[in-house]
Amino acid sequence: MIEEITIIGGFDKQENPEPVKKVIIKKGEIFGVVGPTGSGKSSLIGDIEQLSQEDTFSKRKILVNGEEPSYEDRTNPRKKMVAQLSQNMNFLADMTVGDFLSLHAKCRGAHSKCVNAVIELANTLTGEPIKKEHDLTILSGGQSRALMVADVAIISNSPIVLIDELENAGIRKHDALKALAGHGKIVMVVTHDPVLALMTDKRIVMKNGGMQAIVGTNDKEKDLSKKLNKIDGLMLSLRDKVRNGEVIDNVDVKI
Amino acid sequence: MRMVIVAGTPGSGKTAVLIHALQSINEMGLKSAVVKIDCLYTDDDRKFAKIGVPTKVGLSMDMCPDHYAIYNLEEMIDWAGENQAELLVVETAGLCHRCAPFTVNSLGVCVIDATSGPNTPLKVGPFLSTADIAVITKGDMISQAEREIFRERILEVNPECKIIEANGLSGQGCAELADEFMKSQEVSLDQEKLRHSAPLAVCTLCVGETRVNKKHHRGILRRIDGFQSYEGE
Ligand SMILES: Nc1nc2c(ncn2[C@@H]2O[C@H](COP(=O)(O)OP(=O)(O)OP(=O)(O)O)[C@@H](O)[C@H]2O)c(=O)[nH]1
Ligand SMILES: Nc1ncnc2c1ncn2[C@@H]1O[C@H](COP(=O)(O)OP(=O)(O)O)[C@@H](O)[C@H]1O
Ligand SMILES: [Mg+2]
Ligand SMILES: [Mg+2]
Repeated sequence: MIEEITIIGGFDKQENPEPVKKVIIKKGEIFGVVGPTGSGKSSLIGDIEQLSQEDTFSKRKILVNGEEPSYEDRTNPRKKMVAQLSQNMNFLADMTVGDFLSLHAKCRGAHSKCVNAVIELANTLTGEPIKKEHDLTILSGGQSRALMVADVAIISNSPIVLIDELENAGIRKHDALKALAGHGKIVMVVTHDPVLALMTDKRIVMKNGGMQAIVGTNDKEKDLSKKLNKIDGLMLSLRDKVRNGEVIDNVDVKI
Repeated sequence: MRMVIVAGTPGSGKTAVLIHALQSINEMGLKSAVVKIDCLYTDDDRKFAKIGVPTKVGLSMDMCPDHYAIYNLEEMIDWAGENQAELLVVETAGLCHRCAPFTVNSLGVCVIDATSGPNTPLKVGPFLSTADIAVITKGDMISQAEREIFRERILEVNPECKIIEANGLSGQGCAELADEFMKSQEVSLDQEKLRHSAPLAVCTLCVGETRVNKKHHRGILRRIDGFQSYEGE
């Protein structure tokens, strides 16, 4: 049972010690990771995915329930504690969607019935439907991303979930986040999107490869988050209209 | 001399991973030397020289690069000894999926590129199936699911090997590889054998025949229908 993970700070790109020395994330918490492109957001969650032990260039160390994870825990996919949605937008594996999902379910010790559930969920997140017999490599960015989300949510059902730039590729990000961030999990969301950032409990601010600060989402921000959600809903409905070839004649901006 | 033999398809990240691992080896106080074998050209010697490890290049030219590497092991060990090295690392060209240049007592390392697709482990043959360690590189470029499938495929081909997921750019995993290098044992070539026999390559093509028609060929020949025979005297 995973109660918490601890990130022990290492060094930034200039090899200075990171200002944030220690972060503890508890079961049920959602943490954001924010910062400009190239500031080390993906590297930070990469360190967590590998449960790094001072063996990456950041020299960070990750503890699980206050202890160093075993080699077996770090590497065996059946025991894997971490599910990760990386920033990659495309699959490189040369096989069909169905074969790929069956193989992954086998690796993770999941039931083969999962395959259909994954495709169903993916199709609720993206436009043109994905089919079992499609080749992975022909899927569009949005379709690939939706399939990756559904695969992480259903097959890689791990207690720690890491999500890198969910907002990319125009999938339904709220639904995607809901699917990924199940109850009682430890969730980290890398994002440039203020709507997603304010949905988290706290956010780690990255700069120059190092963790600069931790900002808690305050009550005012939580209120604002609701407003932003409405604006976002409006944008989404406009997007769907434009996509469906409709003409936009009025936009209601009073929120 | 302790000996590590590193095989893997061209561009799989052998040099990138070795540079990080050999830096760790250096920090642990063991002196190493590297020989890079290739066919026609390599600039790996410049990359290794940058970290201050004695480096030698062997170009096999008209000979099969793996056969060339095996044939020259004695010279390599002598050369490494002259350079006060205790550990010899041989980076092979890794072109042929039928050869595996590992000897019984050397540490056999296969470097395999995760972006090459999940069927690759099934294709590369003895240099994966007889390796002690499989190093998976470029995992940073694919999804976690693809990485997990790739790993499973490697274990199908070689259930005994230790898998190290490494990144040639960041050096992640390379310290673990260095720890394995430290455990490698002394090899004396007198009685040393290959783990896997090299493929047959005795035919007229081997000695320079360029005409393609079947009637010009002699030697141990295999037809596409699977029929194998010896043509000649
Ligand atoms: N993204 C990524 N690139 C890598 C990784 N490892 C190596 N590379 C890149 O892959 C390319 C080839 O790496 P090398 O180390 O030269 O490969 P090699 O196997 O030694 O190649 P040869 O000696 O020519 O057979 C280089 O551009 C490396 O920077 C990795 O883990 N991730
Ligand atoms: N702590 C660090 N030390 C050294 N290099 C780093 C560090 N963190 C990130 N980098 C390098 O910075 C580059 C950008 O990092 P990345 O994590 O991709 O940024 P982001 O996801 O914020 O765009 C990468 O090439 C990475 O290797
Ligand atoms: Mg990133
Ligand atoms: Mg090389």
